[in-house]
Amino acid sequence: MTQTTTLSPRNIISMENLTADDIDTILDTADSFKEISTRAIKKVPTLRGRTIINLFFEPSTRTRTSFEIAGKRLSADVINISGAASSTVKGESLIDTVKNLEAMNPDILVVRHNCSGAPALITQYINRPIINAGDGTHEHPSQSLLDLLTIREHKGDLKGLKVTIVGDITHSRVARSNICAMQTMGMTVKLVAPPPLLPAGIEQLGVEVCHDLAKGIKDADVIMILRIQLERQNQGLLSSLREYSNYFCLTEEHLSNVNSDTLIIHPGPVNRGIEISLDVMEGSRSLILNQVTNGVAIRMALFYLLLGESDANSN
Amino acid sequence: MNTIILSEKDIARAINRISHEILERNKGAENIALIGIRTRGVTFSNRLQKKINCFENTEVAIGALDITLYRDDLGVGLQKPELKKTEITFGLEGKHVILCDDVLFTGRTIRAAIDALIDFGRPASVQLAVLIDRGHRELPIRPDYVGKNIPTPKSKRVQVFLKEIDDEDKVIIQGQGK
Repeated sequence: MTQTTTLSPRNIISMENLTADDIDTILDTADSFKEISTRAIKKVPTLRGRTIINLFFEPSTRTRTSFEIAGKRLSADVINISGAASSTVKGESLIDTVKNLEAMNPDILVVRHNCSGAPALITQYINRPIINAGDGTHEHPSQSLLDLLTIREHKGDLKGLKVTIVGDITHSRVARSNICAMQTMGMTVKLVAPPPLLPAGIEQLGVEVCHDLAKGIKDADVIMILRIQLERQNQGLLSSLREYSNYFCLTEEHLSNVNSDTLIIHPGPVNRGIEISLDVMEGSRSLILNQVTNGVAIRMALFYLLLGESDANSN
Repeated sequence: MNTIILSEKDIARAINRISHEILERNKGAENIALIGIRTRGVTFSNRLQKKINCFENTEVAIGALDITLYRDDLGVGLQKPELKKTEITFGLEGKHVILCDDVLFTGRTIRAAIDALIDFGRPASVQLAVLIDRGHRELPIRPDYVGKNIPTPKSKRVQVFLKEIDDEDKVIIQGQGK
């Protein structure tokens, strides 16, 4: 008989709620979905008649497009709403907005919001699966999943791998999701950043902290470079971007001292020459565009696994 | 109550015969492609390919199809069929495609498989090879090559065991009732 799979949580809000089995299920499913995007006709009828709403209160190219393409390749109807074009600018509250959207019977909501915790709050008010597409400085679970898929494709197994995350940890929801998920998968995580960009007490998450880039990446299997969030640098945490770059920009010179099979990943968008040099970004170890390709497959897997209860909408 | 209806030797003979029938009907192995439906249809197609390659001294194109995304019963509950890979690395244009599955029952799997195939291109024809035809069709679908016809009550279960997956070759009928 056919083997079946299911996820333990109904919403994807935080990587904390996913077990290692859940993550394996999502990665395996995504791996099977990758083939569809290589066909001439990139569409399967699986979610025909289902409605997905992308509700984005923050700018996004990659993530929004990725969720949209994922939904469309599964034949779902995808509606995009951006914060600036929604009634929230007329003063409607977030909860009222989503309740009104719920009244139109969508099957799933994908939410990005600049406030940490907004997607979790929404789950208390509406009875639809919610996928967090990035909330403030909290989490970005689908990014973490596509990072894991990319790493697994190149390393075979996640368990025991050493990952070094470099950059603005304080503001990074990608870092937070990954620290949690990577530990769940039995990987060890090291953080490299200047002290102002590291939250106090981050060691309590079970990570090693280091302020020197060359030392921090020495025996890493994977180096994850984070974007310096220019829009969040008005708080005087860095004296200048150039100074940051001098100490923390990953260059070819650094790579000559690390293992030859060390992988480089970056969640994008990239500030060329600030956190990563041009030659590293476009070099053979950089998997930045593989990550984007895998993002579509991960989001297809999330839709497939979460959208089941068509009957759950009935009262 | 389990009854063995095909033994290892019976299965081998059926596969030999079907291989010859495929070659006879298509006048050789030129332009044919075998596509197995996961999971045991793939094993079945691999064995057919081996025979045909040997009889005709050629290399027949082969692929694997997972029909999960084309099922008509998805969406009931959160238990999802485990999705496996579809691997069709050649164009279907102009090919005589032989779909292979272990058991033909309601015909719904084959309906899904044909829909999936069409998304890959326009084959010259699609033919169906099954190891067991147990009847009870719910759609107008019939096989072109059959290992064995086994009229069964709907309440019973026909199970195919193939060495590559199950360590032995046999077909059994399980369950009570008539």
